[in-house]
Amino acid sequence: MTTTPPPIQVVLPPANGTGDVTSTLRATKRRLTSPWATVAAIVLATVWTIPTFGLLVTSFRPAADINSTGWWTVLTNPNFTLENYEVVLATDSSQSLLPFIINSVVITIPSVVLPIFLATLAAYSFAWMQFRGRDALFVAVFALQVVPIQVTLIPLLTIYADIGVAGTFWAVWISHTMFGLPLAVFLLHNFMREIPGELVEAARVDGAAHVTVFFRLMLPLLKPALAAFGIYQFLWVWNDLLVALTFAGSSNQVAPMTVALFNLTGTRGSQWFLLSAGAFVSIIVPAAVFLALQRYFVRGLLAGSVKG
Amino acid sequence: MNVADKLVAMVLALAAFAVVIGLILFVVSLLERRGARRVAWFFVGPTVLLLIVGLLYPAGRTVVRSLFDAAGSSFIGIANYTAIFSSPDQLVVLRNTVLWVLVTPFVATIVGLLYAIWVNGARGEAVAKALIFLPMAISFVGASIIWKFVYEYRFYDPDVRVNPEQIGLLNQLLVWLGLQPQQFLLNQPWNNLFLIVVMIWIQAGFAMTILSAAIKAIPMEITEAATLDGVSSTQLFRYVTVPAIRPTLVVVLTTIAIGCLKVFDIVRTMTGGLYGTSVVANEFYTQSFTAGNQGLGAALAVLLFVLVIPIIVYNVRQLRQAEAR
Repeated sequence: MTTTPPPIQVVLPPANGTGDVTSTLRATKRRLTSPWATVAAIVLATVWTIPTFGLLVTSFRPAADINSTGWWTVLTNPNFTLENYEVVLATDSSQSLLPFIINSVVITIPSVVLPIFLATLAAYSFAWMQFRGRDALFVAVFALQVVPIQVTLIPLLTIYADIGVAGTFWAVWISHTMFGLPLAVFLLHNFMREIPGELVEAARVDGAAHVTVFFRLMLPLLKPALAAFGIYQFLWVWNDLLVALTFAGSSNQVAPMTVALFNLTGTRGSQWFLLSAGAFVSIIVPAAVFLALQRYFVRGLLAGSVKG
Repeated sequence: MNVADKLVAMVLALAAFAVVIGLILFVVSLLERRGARRVAWFFVGPTVLLLIVGLLYPAGRTVVRSLFDAAGSSFIGIANYTAIFSSPDQLVVLRNTVLWVLVTPFVATIVGLLYAIWVNGARGEAVAKALIFLPMAISFVGASIIWKFVYEYRFYDPDVRVNPEQIGLLNQLLVWLGLQPQQFLLNQPWNNLFLIVVMIWIQAGFAMTILSAAIKAIPMEITEAATLDGVSSTQLFRYVTVPAIRPTLVVVLTTIAIGCLKVFDIVRTMTGGLYGTSVVANEFYTQSFTAGNQGLGAALAVLLFVLVIPIIVYNVRQLRQAEAR
């Protein structure tokens, strides 16, 4: 953020009477970030980070150590190993989580690509085409965001069984696509309306077909919006448990990481060496995506929630 | 299926999808060349079709199904709904859901708001925010595992001189303080609060991000004028910051409240809904898929739907008012 100087120079010192007289702006900032605020922020950040840090440390400790002593004892008695990760990422072992990681990838990519494409087409027609019932239909799509997916699960399961895709990737892909559409249409429509209408009209007057306008004009301009929704949908699908549990079952053929980890937490006796390493493998992908594309994600979040 | 098969299946699916989209666009361009004007339905059609099949029709089926018995064979009217509001087990579920919806949004929002103010304009703001925001990127399952480990309890007998070491951080803290370790996830009704902590941990980052953007949007002149008038930072917060971001506060509170209504993964992963911790979304799953009570499951799903609506209506109305001003 650029800090523009105030138009009128303030001669009077700020009420708290400290050094910098000219910039009330900076004084305001200082008031809001007192030393106590800094201390409080650091304490909160520490409390927020320690649980994750504890599990991360645990994932590098030998299984026997994990079950007998707390992770903080590594401070006095460091003993690390990569064994847990070797088990989790092994290509041929019954305890390996690798098939589930592959499943997560196979589930996620189409579940992000499909709704984005369909929603962009729909949002384009809602924003720039005239047809009967357009506004009513748009409101209906917007309103469908309210439907909790729980309401749809059992009837959908019946449909999938009838057409023979139950327990396959198709059931999961289609479900995520359908559930993602209302928000996607809404977000992309909002972004699309911000594009100046003259631009589209000029192209149309020049004789450009809708398909041309869509590809040449809309898609390039929409890149940030597509990225924002893509990241949003990616995190949602990668982190989903309910849809996967319902439509993918628990086998390593289709079930994603979340289901595998969920099943591990249910088994009696603490398999913390598997859980901790597995959890970190599953966390690392969305965390990396999030950190790399944070700006787009936040933008999508703001568009989604503040406009609401 | 091995790895290669799965990846091939995925690529084929994507290719099939591309072909379908390509066909649609091809037909549209053909029609347009012939001067047809009503091509919009080709654009919006696939989405509308999927929404009818995927959301509208199933929702209707579930509403109907909620009026039938456990096997879905005979009509029993509103008996499933009366069961929810009269059976002791289901009342616990309702109580817990109310607890989640009342506690989580307020605590998460307060934490997020305070943190947003504390780090606003501070050095290293981006990093400080990422630390709080990162739990948002983690799955609820991952978050639950992280916290299950914090709460982990090792058998403890006060009469025995040497007990096993605690490996959960929270219980070790209790031991260091000279207290006895607790079964955080088993002791009713407090275990509900320990589950809620996980949701707060996740949602505070969301609240912080949105509120931080709102705070930065407050015109500098206002805070400047207030500072010149000599108000304290508490007064600035109370009389300037909070009123200025009120619409955003409503959005954040309601969004988190809706998230809490639908919370499933955390409860499922940490306690399975046992020990008096079940909530509506989890009970729906239990009744539908493990207890085999389709009717009650459907009624719980419909209840969830009904509970979400007033929150959203309130949210939209607040936004309208804010825009009208």
